[in-house]
Amino acid sequence: MKNIPISAVIGLFFTALYFLAAIFAPLLAPYGVGEVVGDVWEPSSSEYLLGTDNIGRDLLSRMIYGGRTTIFIATAATALSFILGSVLGFFAAVAGGWVDQALSRFVDLVMSIPTLIFALVVLSVAPVTIPMLIIVMGLLDATRVYRLARAVAVDIEVMDYVEAARLRGEKVGWIIFREILPNALSPLIAEMGLRFIFMVLFVSTLSFLGLGVQPPEADWGGIVKENKEGIVYGIPAALIPAFAIATLAISVNLVADWVLNRTTSLKGGRG
Amino acid sequence: MSDTLLKVRDLKIGATIYPPGEKPKDIEIVHGVSFDLAPGKVLGLIGESGAGKSTIGLASMAYGRGGVKITGGEVWVNGRDILKTGHRDVRALRGGEVTYVSQSAAASFNPAKKIMDQVVEAAVEQKKFSRKDAEARARTLFAKLGLPDPDNIGDRFPHQVSGGQLQRCMTALALCPEPDLVVFDEPTTALDVTTQIDVLMAIKEAIRDTGVAALYITHDLAVVAQVSDDIMVLKMGNTVEYGNVDQIINNPQEEYTKALVSVRSIEHEEKAPTPDPVLSVRNITARYKGTNFDVLKNVNVDLYPGQTLAVVGESGSGKSTLARVITGLLPPREGEIEFAGRKLSPDLAGRSREDLRELQMIYQMADVAMNPRQTVGTIIGRPLEFYFGMRGAEKKKRIIELLDEIELGEKFIDRYPAELSGGQKQRVCIARSLAAKPKMIICDEVTSALDPLVADGILKLLLDLQKIEDVAYLFITHDLATVRAISDNIAVMYQGQVQRYGGKSKVLSPPFDDYTDLLLSSVPEMRLGWLEEVIANRKMESAGN
Repeated sequence: MKNIPISAVIGLFFTALYFLAAIFAPLLAPYGVGEVVGDVWEPSSSEYLLGTDNIGRDLLSRMIYGGRTTIFIATAATALSFILGSVLGFFAAVAGGWVDQALSRFVDLVMSIPTLIFALVVLSVAPVTIPMLIIVMGLLDATRVYRLARAVAVDIEVMDYVEAARLRGEKVGWIIFREILPNALSPLIAEMGLRFIFMVLFVSTLSFLGLGVQPPEADWGGIVKENKEGIVYGIPAALIPAFAIATLAISVNLVADWVLNRTTSLKGGRG
Repeated sequence: MSDTLLKVRDLKIGATIYPPGEKPKDIEIVHGVSFDLAPGKVLGLIGESGAGKSTIGLASMAYGRGGVKITGGEVWVNGRDILKTGHRDVRALRGGEVTYVSQSAAASFNPAKKIMDQVVEAAVEQKKFSRKDAEARARTLFAKLGLPDPDNIGDRFPHQVSGGQLQRCMTALALCPEPDLVVFDEPTTALDVTTQIDVLMAIKEAIRDTGVAALYITHDLAVVAQVSDDIMVLKMGNTVEYGNVDQIINNPQEEYTKALVSVRSIEHEEKAPTPDPVLSVRNITARYKGTNFDVLKNVNVDLYPGQTLAVVGESGSGKSTLARVITGLLPPREGEIEFAGRKLSPDLAGRSREDLRELQMIYQMADVAMNPRQTVGTIIGRPLEFYFGMRGAEKKKRIIELLDEIELGEKFIDRYPAELSGGQKQRVCIARSLAAKPKMIICDEVTSALDPLVADGILKLLLDLQKIEDVAYLFITHDLATVRAISDNIAVMYQGQVQRYGGKSKVLSPPFDDYTDLLLSSVPEMRLGWLEEVIANRKMESAGN
């Protein structure tokens, strides 16, 4: 851990900052999430560090609580998509034959429908709750992870050590989790960083369109939506969540890059 | 022009390595090597992997591959120090005065362009010949190198000619611009023995006829003895011995050279067959899915307990396919396999855990036969856990016993495969198969990726272990020296059939059939003039032609 490049330090710092802010939101936020404390769109002051929003709530508090919701949903959905996508992808690669065909063609089918439209359709029918959001986003994104995991696993699956495990009589579970997974980890981790950011954008987009997190709960997409009229009057409230999303995206990817470099530079490890 | 074409003085070459978890550091891989090469002469550079021989070869073109940098010394070509001249001069040098023949022609030719376009490219680019003259010269070279249909072979694509032919096309490519020096980097290593001698002879004649000087890099002393005038023996980036070919082969001074020169030191008495074979392969015919060609045709062999059956043949003879059929990875179309007195299920899924345990396999490439993310302890421990349910201290004790048996010892238990040398990796693979207490082990070319001295050690170990564990080996190899060293019975395979089969002494003594004769005579021998003798006495063309 001695030689962390400066880019990774910056990435780690900001990522940690955002996650800690999300975890300790109730302690950090100066006001409640739905509490109207001032006038509409007040400029920043010592009382309201980032000013107030379109109905006079403290923007900093909204940002902190909103970050909590956004990050939580994105993390949970990423975890769901990775667990599901990679296990199925590995399974398809190891099983081969019709199992692989059936799974892969089904995934192709789902991927042929644009994700956002698919999500909008599902969410306009189903109740929009946070677990529902996580499930919809996680399932849709699992198709992308499946493709990557399968492609990586197909390469590993033909290695002699996997054949040796088969000849030993190992079960599919061992081959997937003990032979393939450790060797597929680095591309998956790199992808995870990228996917997490897509999730943040996805949930923000849904909220912006009114099908994501419902008011009075805050999330970054929702804050943009509530304050978008202000831009016309030169009020920067809508840009602050955009800035938060951008910095989070960059810092998470700086960390993912570093993890990728570290794991692939292990001699004998594969990329 | 001076009388030395290439003069290398105190050449030092460094590289940057990236050890995991540490800062990158610079190391020196060639420590001050000097030699001279006169026009028209051939210098053989010989050494094991890591000796720096290829690096030195490339340095004579002022080139460092990957992170390799030339850090000191002088390389004079035609009277100028090419390490000090500018980029422009070096560009004129490469592909003009000095050319290069790489180990794998198949990987070096562009598969999308015709052979002729690639052969004349450097000569035309360097403005040595017009395109028309270059093509005429290329055709002359094709004829000189003994390629079939020299007028038209250049119109083919690289995949349309065989491996041995492609290697000769590459030699034509290197000779086409009329260079003063050609660097041959293991040009025959990837070829079958029978093809190797054709290519070797072609290269030797081409060198003689064109009067070009050459650096010939190889790990095989017997090969280099056939083509060189002088030999330099390298070890770990140092010169061990440098002299003319006669002196090195017939009167080596250094211990290391003596070890390289001495013929395999393993003695193995042939054992008589016992009544009950541990493995009997009966009338096996097999083909791969989606093809209509039988890779194995009616194969019958027996392997007796505690003995070694060597299966010999060139690539494509079906010897590895036989291993896949026996292990159950490729169910045969016809025939059956009897193992330890019971009939084996043709496919893997139908075999009992006991069948799997008693029939183990060791692979050619130890690198990819072990999971790079598992420690040696995990790799060897898994069969113990899986077949015998061993846990904790009991398992650890057995792992250490096995590590002692393969002469590595306890300290290796927590290492990862990447931290082992090639020979050590293969030892760990051996331990992994022994852990299952098998009756029989299939060894698929287990020594062919290793340096000769290391391979010798592995063979000795296998023979010792056979005595201790009473395990039978099915030994698949293309190397007849290995076969002589370890086998009790031999099966010679040719085009999917067993050509000759029986006890070692019977198979290896005359009268021979034509194929066995070709195979036996093609094994390079460590004496001068061997190559010419073999070519003169051959009864059959090699398959690679």
